[in-house]
Amino acid sequence: MADTKRNNPAKNEIRFFLDDEVITVKDIDPTRTILQYLREDLRYTGTKEGCAEGDCGACTVVLGELAGDDTLNLRAVNSCIQFLPTLDGKRLFTVESLSGPGGPLHPVQKAMVECHGSQCGFCTPGFVMSLFALYKSQQNPTRKDIDDALAGNLCRCTGYRPIIDAAQKMYTYQTASAKWLTHPFRHEAKPSEEEQQIIDKLKSLRRECSLEITYNGTRFFIPNSMQVLIQLAETYPDAHFLAGGTDVGLWVTKQLRELDCIIYIGNVDELKKIAVTQDHIEIGAAVTLTDAMPILLEHYPELEELFIRFASPPIRNAGTLGGNIANGSPIGDSMPALMTLGTTIVLRTARSSREVELDQFYIDYQKNDRRPGEVLERIRVPLPKPNTHIRSYKVSKRFDQDISAVCGAYCMRLEEDRVASIKISYGGLAAIPKRATICEQALLKKSWNEASVQTAMASLDRDFQPITDMRASSHYRSTIARNLLYKFYLETSGFDQNQTRVYDYGR
Amino acid sequence: MAGNDAFSTKVKGGVGEKLPHDSGHLHVSGRAFYIDDLPEPRGLLHVAIGTSSKAHALVVKMDLSAVLASPGVVAVFTAKDIPGKNNFGPVLEDDPIFSPGLVQYVGQSIFAVAAETFTQARRAARRAVIEYEELEPILDIDDAVKANSFVLPSEHIRRGDSKQAIAMAKHRLNGRVYVGGQDQFYLEGHIAMAQPKEDGDMLIYSSTQHPGEVQHLVAHALNKESKDIIVECRRMGGAFGGKESQPALFAAIVALVTHKTGRAAKLRLDRDDDMIMTGKRHDYNIDYNVGFDEQGRIKGLEFTFASRCGMSADLSGAVNDRTMFHCDNAYYLENVDIVSHRCKTNTVSNTAFRGFGGPQGMFAIEYVVDEIARFLEKDPLQVRQINFYGVGERDVTPYHQKIEDNIIHDIVNQLKDSAEYTTRRNEIRQFNAQSPFLKKGIALTPVKFGISFTATHLNQAGALVNVYTDGTVHLNHGGTEMGQGLFTKVAQVLAEELQVDIDRIKITASDTSKVPNASATAASSGSDLNGKAAQAAARTIKERLIAFAAEHFNVAAGEVQFSNNYVHIAGETMPFAEFVKLAHFHRVSLSSTGFYRTPKIHYDRKTFSGRPFYYYAYGAAVSEVVIDMLTGEYRLLRVDILHDCGQSLNPAIDLGQIEGGFIQGAGWLTSEALWWNESGELKTHAPSTYKIPVCSDLPVDFRVTMLESGTNREDSIYRSKAVGEPPLMLGISVFHAIKDAVASIADYKSSPRLNAPATPEEVITAIEGIKSQRVVNRRQTG
Repeated sequence: MADTKRNNPAKNEIRFFLDDEVITVKDIDPTRTILQYLREDLRYTGTKEGCAEGDCGACTVVLGELAGDDTLNLRAVNSCIQFLPTLDGKRLFTVESLSGPGGPLHPVQKAMVECHGSQCGFCTPGFVMSLFALYKSQQNPTRKDIDDALAGNLCRCTGYRPIIDAAQKMYTYQTASAKWLTHPFRHEAKPSEEEQQIIDKLKSLRRECSLEITYNGTRFFIPNSMQVLIQLAETYPDAHFLAGGTDVGLWVTKQLRELDCIIYIGNVDELKKIAVTQDHIEIGAAVTLTDAMPILLEHYPELEELFIRFASPPIRNAGTLGGNIANGSPIGDSMPALMTLGTTIVLRTARSSREVELDQFYIDYQKNDRRPGEVLERIRVPLPKPNTHIRSYKVSKRFDQDISAVCGAYCMRLEEDRVASIKISYGGLAAIPKRATICEQALLKKSWNEASVQTAMASLDRDFQPITDMRASSHYRSTIARNLLYKFYLETSGFDQNQTRVYDYGR
Repeated sequence: MAGNDAFSTKVKGGVGEKLPHDSGHLHVSGRAFYIDDLPEPRGLLHVAIGTSSKAHALVVKMDLSAVLASPGVVAVFTAKDIPGKNNFGPVLEDDPIFSPGLVQYVGQSIFAVAAETFTQARRAARRAVIEYEELEPILDIDDAVKANSFVLPSEHIRRGDSKQAIAMAKHRLNGRVYVGGQDQFYLEGHIAMAQPKEDGDMLIYSSTQHPGEVQHLVAHALNKESKDIIVECRRMGGAFGGKESQPALFAAIVALVTHKTGRAAKLRLDRDDDMIMTGKRHDYNIDYNVGFDEQGRIKGLEFTFASRCGMSADLSGAVNDRTMFHCDNAYYLENVDIVSHRCKTNTVSNTAFRGFGGPQGMFAIEYVVDEIARFLEKDPLQVRQINFYGVGERDVTPYHQKIEDNIIHDIVNQLKDSAEYTTRRNEIRQFNAQSPFLKKGIALTPVKFGISFTATHLNQAGALVNVYTDGTVHLNHGGTEMGQGLFTKVAQVLAEELQVDIDRIKITASDTSKVPNASATAASSGSDLNGKAAQAAARTIKERLIAFAAEHFNVAAGEVQFSNNYVHIAGETMPFAEFVKLAHFHRVSLSSTGFYRTPKIHYDRKTFSGRPFYYYAYGAAVSEVVIDMLTGEYRLLRVDILHDCGQSLNPAIDLGQIEGGFIQGAGWLTSEALWWNESGELKTHAPSTYKIPVCSDLPVDFRVTMLESGTNREDSIYRSKAVGEPPLMLGISVFHAIKDAVASIADYKSSPRLNAPATPEEVITAIEGIKSQRVVNRRQTG
């Protein structure tokens, strides 16, 4: 029965909740963004376009999605780069959702008004939605939590202080209203009756089949199982895989590309799994960065700063670890660290499955070892080994929501004071994220001391000849590559992080 | 008549109340209409612009057939389609709407395409086939100076004999510093929408700080007259100067499309196009030569400013003038020589940005004062204070304006104490001695900023106030709302004057048919000018009402008082609404315009002398940073600000201006780097590559205070002070805190060469520089 359904996908129609109403959209251009749909089709103009690349947050909306059978996740995403079909089966909240026409302001909105959190007001709906996501997911946020929750929202007028105030005070504006929407997050064993209704409604939208949209020569597939996905990948070897859309979205909004064939992997349950085996953390290719982070940080707390500085919550809520890897950008933030940890990836076809070392995967700029028809299935990160020192540092013009000028990662096992094994990787120094093999060799079996580290630092120039661009000069990149290695040395030889890092200083 | 029980309480929303922004409730619920949110007229066309891919070239051939054949396209337009003047330049006619054949920067408008949808228009615009004959571009300020490539003649201010004073001085220093430009990065990009009206008339919605100029330039372009065009703007999603002269281009293009097709037309720029096509803050090379005594007192100073104006004059004349007017900041310069070059480069024409050249001038003098202090190994604050303008002496600026309202001494002393500057400076030195890889720095810098347009004729404003027979009020004035809270403040003035609650007042869109010929909302002057104009209108109406009441009730005019929604007439009380209805019944006009011109100011641009500024706004900031010596990254740890708003019209709004201005200024001098490649293409043209401050950049410890005793010695609106631009320059303290931290590695014995913006890379360059200086020094002494 199920198989027949899989073979008979639903066609050219998506369904989602906007507030309490099911919206059915037919005959849609599948690369139309949620933002375009809201503003141009529905004339819901509260949500704004500021950059159309997911970097300013003016377009922030909140998606309600089921995690398992009885948990409702509310997450902020950038509607400007999310394609409309990815909404299928979800619930969309826009700034208009929070207070109906003429209705009372939501506590978040009230706090923003009374704290003077808006000046020109154009970024405000986006801030309101990021704050709403925070309001519904956390209680008593610290300044650091607020900074993180708002890292994807730019305001040019206020300087943020009043918005931070609003984030702290919004919890005190609770109304007497019994509405679920206006209740802040609470740790509760069971969802409230109203929340349960929302969950049940979302369940009613679940599909037992795949979905296929064709429009003006564009084919857009939403497979709902690994089996269908693999078949599609084989049938359409030139198809583009879409996960979080944080890069593919820009091909359309910025490069105005017209894509022939897209396979969206976000509804394949098998790819959304996280498992910890005896020796590995296994992360499905469609697991978002937001979901991957906690498990990675549980085992590798050394990577916390890297992941907090990784893009912004709306990007991490959509973007996947698999996408970051498959995309293979020279400045992708996860790969240097994952390479040094000995991460492998599993690539599958209908008939075969192979495992590739991540540091062997990248061939050249935007070229990798994935063969036509292969699907990235999961990422296997080895569990930490004893006596191992791990760090990953990111350097950029701005701490939050910036792209690395250089990203360095280090994983070293010491025996006594000798370097028994070491892996060093960098992003931002070459056309691909890459191991610094010459530098590694310079350190292997050596004493871990100032002299050998200085020698190894000098050898980095033979590993990398970085370019000059808008992010940094070649000279700066080379200098930073050396200095980050030195920082790793300092932090593994007695210096505390509050003597070596400014990111968290005084916070 | 009712009893007078309401006599004692205050009117709601009067002057001095901390009201939220008038549109706050609309902003937060997404119900505030920006131009792209307005209901779209039937048959609306969407317009996109085709731009130059070369920095300097002749267009040899342009084939637009593929553009025209592209799906949804209705028409294309080039220079030859413009019936009137092919110009949107505000001062000189050197800004073509469409290039007539010569392109002078990457991103210059060449043609426009109108299509049924936004995406269709954008796609079509990219299908043009354009052949260029490339010419040698000038991409650099120095190259422009060498080639005598200027958009306007160089200017010169001189006082005393700087040469001799420098020669005679005990110590001399000279050097050069670069200060980068800055993108306005308003969140709402440029947009304009034109709607046809009967008989060829047009209504244009434009996101503009200067509706009147848009109206005039559109009329010129279409060979129409000002009376044929109405320009309206309810609000902008930020502007910061970036929408002072630039909007005319986009308005002119949509007007042309509407003129030619008879259909409504809208043009909204994508963010990248906006950043590539429109002007920014000017970057400057600054050369200085200074002589000073052992206390650090400046004896003679010479500045040569060379700014990147880009390919046309735009507002660069006045911007560079303001640099010259502010390179004294709060310091008395007895013998001074200031040269200003306005360089023509093959880059986008730079324009207004909050501070309007003032910040770069102030940056220059603060840099020099810091250099002097480091040379003398003194606390830079001491050197700053010793050079401050005096009160009653040493109080004349290089442009011969006597400073009559100097309060910088008080502000700096108060702030120095409240911020515990001296203690913290010592603690930082102790910290640095023990911290090899993290270094802290601290700096206190002052701000003195001149308030008025330096072009005297711009210092005028008009307002229109209508009172209806139900007692409600319609307010209109020539100012525009870009988020700064101008509309709220002017409404508060009106509430106070008429003594009616602010929620009885309707704030309405800027509209060239209601208040004509208004100046741009710029130069921090919005509240000063429009507040006074609205006050004048209200007073005219009140005078008529008083005269009417005196006659009608047979009382003395002095016995008629307006208070808290009531009118008190010789002991009797009547609700305002009832009273105006009565007045209307007796044929009293309830509508008036109001006009204001700033008194006292005069200025001769030929001699650079006079009183260009009505008054000065003052403030000061202390910033403390910690920097990572290995990466150049830094955190702003604590900031203390004391700023003078006079008697604030709305302390909540003014606080927002201070805080927001400071962070924007800090962004200018830290993370906001503009970068062009060798072909003259701007590569930092989106938020992914151009980094304005985010939430976590706000210091955890942020203490902002308004001067409690603040007032305005001049008769400004309710003795308030302008606050739009001055706080931006408080951000200079962050730059100097970073410089101070870098100086620690040479034990404060030499001064780092730090250029702005002080990105982590610049910090590393400064660190490397100071280390090699030390090597040189050691060699010299060894």
